[in-house]
Amino acid sequence: MKMPLSALIGLILTGAFLFCAIFAQWIAPYPLDAVIGGVWEPPSERHWLGTDTIGRDILSRMIHGGQITIFVALASSLLSFGLGSFLGFLAAVRGGWVDQGLSRLVDLMMAIPSLIVALVVLSVLPINLTVLILIMGLLDATRVFRLSRAVAMDIAVMDYVEAAKLRGEGQSWIIFREILPNALSPLVAEFGLRFIFAVLFISTLSFLGLGIQPPLADWGGMVKENKDGLIYGKSAALMPALAIALLAISVNLVADWILSRTTSLKGGRGG
Amino acid sequence: MNAEFDYMLKRTVRGVMSRREFMGRASAMGISAAMASTLLASAARAEGPVKGGVLKAGVSGGESTNSLDPAVAASPAPFAVSMLWGEMLVIVNEKGEVDPRIAEEISSNADATEWKFKIRSGVEFHDGKTVTAEDVVATLKRHTDEKAQSGALGIVQGISEMMAEGDMVTLKLASANADLPFLLADYHLQIQPGGGYDNPNAGIGAGPYKVVSFEPGVRAVFERHANYFDSSIGHADGAEILVINDNTARTAALQSGQVHMINRVDPKIVELLKGMPGMSIERAAGRGHYVFIMHADTAPFDNNDLRMALKYAINRQEMVDKILGGFGSVGNDFPINAAYPYFDASIPQREFDLAKAAEHYKKSGHDGSPIILRTAPGAFPGAVEAAQLFQQSAAAAGIPLEVKVEPDDGYWSNVWNVEPFCASYWGGRPVQDQMYSTAYASTADWNDTRFKNARFDELLVAARGELDGEKRKAMYSEMAYLVRDEGGLICPMFNEFVEARREEVGGWFVDPTHELMNGRALAKCWLTA
Amino acid sequence: MHPILKMVAQRVALGLLLLLAVSLLIFLGTEALPGDVAQAILGQSATPEALANMREALGLNQPAYIRYFQWLGGILTGDFGVALTNGQDIGQAIGQRLGNTLFLAACAAAISVPLAILLGLVAARYNGRWPDKVISGITLSTISLPEFVAAYFVIFLLTQVIPIFQPVAMVFPGMSFLDRLQAVALPVIVLVLVVLAHMMRMTRAAILNVMQSAYIETAELKGLSPMRVIWQHAFPNAIAPIISVVVLNLAYLVVGVVVVEVVFGYNALGQYLVDHVAKRDLPVVQAVGLIFAAVYIGLNILADVISIIANPRLRHPK
Repeated sequence: MKMPLSALIGLILTGAFLFCAIFAQWIAPYPLDAVIGGVWEPPSERHWLGTDTIGRDILSRMIHGGQITIFVALASSLLSFGLGSFLGFLAAVRGGWVDQGLSRLVDLMMAIPSLIVALVVLSVLPINLTVLILIMGLLDATRVFRLSRAVAMDIAVMDYVEAAKLRGEGQSWIIFREILPNALSPLVAEFGLRFIFAVLFISTLSFLGLGIQPPLADWGGMVKENKDGLIYGKSAALMPALAIALLAISVNLVADWILSRTTSLKGGRGG
Repeated sequence: MNAEFDYMLKRTVRGVMSRREFMGRASAMGISAAMASTLLASAARAEGPVKGGVLKAGVSGGESTNSLDPAVAASPAPFAVSMLWGEMLVIVNEKGEVDPRIAEEISSNADATEWKFKIRSGVEFHDGKTVTAEDVVATLKRHTDEKAQSGALGIVQGISEMMAEGDMVTLKLASANADLPFLLADYHLQIQPGGGYDNPNAGIGAGPYKVVSFEPGVRAVFERHANYFDSSIGHADGAEILVINDNTARTAALQSGQVHMINRVDPKIVELLKGMPGMSIERAAGRGHYVFIMHADTAPFDNNDLRMALKYAINRQEMVDKILGGFGSVGNDFPINAAYPYFDASIPQREFDLAKAAEHYKKSGHDGSPIILRTAPGAFPGAVEAAQLFQQSAAAAGIPLEVKVEPDDGYWSNVWNVEPFCASYWGGRPVQDQMYSTAYASTADWNDTRFKNARFDELLVAARGELDGEKRKAMYSEMAYLVRDEGGLICPMFNEFVEARREEVGGWFVDPTHELMNGRALAKCWLTA
Repeated sequence: MHPILKMVAQRVALGLLLLLAVSLLIFLGTEALPGDVAQAILGQSATPEALANMREALGLNQPAYIRYFQWLGGILTGDFGVALTNGQDIGQAIGQRLGNTLFLAACAAAISVPLAILLGLVAARYNGRWPDKVISGITLSTISLPEFVAAYFVIFLLTQVIPIFQPVAMVFPGMSFLDRLQAVALPVIVLVLVVLAHMMRMTRAAILNVMQSAYIETAELKGLSPMRVIWQHAFPNAIAPIISVVVLNLAYLVVGVVVVEVVFGYNALGQYLVDHVAKRDLPVVQAVGLIFAAVYIGLNILADVISIIANPRLRHPK
């Protein structure tokens, strides 16, 4: 099956973001916090994207900031995924009180808006990367749980799972060898969306002053630092905002493609 | 300028012609926009106050947790609100002098232990009752009650006896204090009917504007108090204070005309805002200062050489330029500047001197382990960046500072006045005595530098009762040297109030006492168009 | 009893049970927070005596379970208590701000829901062709912008470049309906941008899913126009997933707009909550948390009920 152009673009851009994030230390022209220019200089040969509110190179900060943003978002979505999908599968396979218990607990957690839980918790805990990742990962695990439980429920009634059960395979075999491979593709698509959600969420937290703390920077924090110039046509806040949007779009494009592939696998009309 | 222009100018000042129309016609006559607006502003001043209209201020620093009780007012919005509906015995004016308000005459005995305040006759509260000496005494009494949680508790605690007789309030002090009138100008001490015992949140006072509605953290609406005793202020028919905490939204609201003035303009955008038509930036050098404080009784800061090393290792000018955006002045390691009476300007400025810093550091014999400096984004605006600048300049002198960023929440309970080295700020006090008594007397609760000096304490008490200005100034000078050369205070900068108004606001003047012309900008300014 | 009524009753009972559990969770969660309320209220200027007095006055010395039942009993009788910080009646303050929250949500929903469904239908009709691609592309970009970024763009564009709206969106009692609409214009635009994409994409997907059914083919073979097929045959059958995503977004418009409120200074519940979280004003945090949870649970029950009613097999039991 041929890859559509949009997915290809998404894949290339996502790859480029990841590359910059991994090799930030080598790529960025200047260190994260070096003051090397005037306030809000326009883009120039020396500073491709201009300088920020106290004269730091925006491109460099964005590359370093991308590393932090992507790392935190990736770590928290991995956590939410590991936890959420495992418990979701478990609930689907075990059924009974395990399913009931976990499902009601998730209902309970989802009834309280996650931004508000994060606000309350972060207002009392010391804010560092570990705490941020844990909170975001745990809050998001509820959503992954629901999806993976639903997907696993569909798969659990398939003949090959029944066959495995009859063969006397253990639950971990069923979860990891039967359900996981067949649930992978909707889950991968969901992973993309969760990752984006995490990027937006960490940006929002940083914007409210409860996310990444200075001198470290993430894109949301950079928008906040530079936003006052926005209404005077200073582009400094625009760049990290665009980076957030572009990353989100790229990952979405890839996720869309994976999702559309899975639905067509189910046998659509045009399939 | 020709007659037609003068005519236009007058019409605009009186509000017959709109500002926009005036600017348009002026430019048609070949007059630059900048020139025209300057002329308009000076014409407006010359014309005198214009009555009527509703003046609006956009204020940062209000929460939905605020109340109208003046005793607990702490952030900028409640301050500005209480300065409009409230009136105090006295007020500190823009020259740093005491102006009588509800008190008409002030006198004291020879050793400043007993003070008499004659209550102005015919001053009316918003509920129509007349302000009496009993109301004044009841107000002061309420603030002595721990339950009132008054920010002025420390001030009224020093008054041992309060009496009301006829139109005279007599206050007896436990110990002499020549500055008592300055202390009574504290903004918490708004006179309330019956002292506010019945309902401290009523918002009824004797100020120039009556509270029409108050929604905490959102808006306060006022109308003019028709029977206000002083006809020289209170020009607009109504006033509004809108709480706009977001910097961008506040600036945008000023530019779009939703409000006429705003407080706390970020230094970064001053230049940009200045370039906009019809905007005027107002600066006032106040008494507030940003500090790094060391506990002088805790290792390693119990070594004066180490303290001196750190004092020399901070680049004050860089701090003023980068942290205050140039809107401030360098500090000299004592908490007093030229805004205070009895300031000694001859005390030499401490310079940034890496060689001396290194020399003192060597003499201190510090073992080279990192010295931890705690800071938080909310310690003062730019506190994290300031600590980083300090770290870099100290490193150049071979002093290993380690910056530790703490969360804002709990900073004032867990770090400030607890940890031995941290960033903080002081808003300043109207007089030196109050500043020193609050934070530098050996026994003060808020002695956040653990500065304990017998000679200093002795001078503090002596100066308080000293009515001879020259002698008093000499004492304060000696105290300044003690704090500067032996204390635990590193004071790199005094910050300014940076505010902005639209040009149709007339009557603005610089008042360094507090924000927004000591909270009275809405009462003292007027709308020209 | 009619089976539908029975199922609805079950859902409502379950929802109430969940709400009770949430109330316990909220109470315990906020109780477990470290830090001292008295200190948070009095701030930098607190003396030890004042702190002790404050703790006594706030009743912080009673055991937690007693305070939970007092609190719950109060709420059931409509008494939310008073805010620790300024002594305001919480019920009254919430009442007004909840009204503002709902007003903003209603305005945003009134625009975004019909628009999203319409765009979704159009995109489904032209599946894979250019209108679909344009609509999907635009909604994909709006969903990718953090709310605060969208907010500042809108402020810049509509108060500075084209000055037609006011940047500060406060509403007050006594304001006329038109003034209110004018005041909330900017936050409404931002919220529409934020929620549009999700609803539109789900509508499109649900319609496309139904389009694969045999009865649609039959309708097409009958020679009905494509838009008519979608509107008359596909849409009614795709209504359940659409309703559920709409409800999810409605819930978001009520409980999730803290950032927009903060930027525009809009005086509604989110801002109120944020202020009181910072001051550790637990009664307010608990009350607002419970109201948000109730809205969320209530809307979910509504979605369940609508999908039960919309399900023909349940509507016409054999």
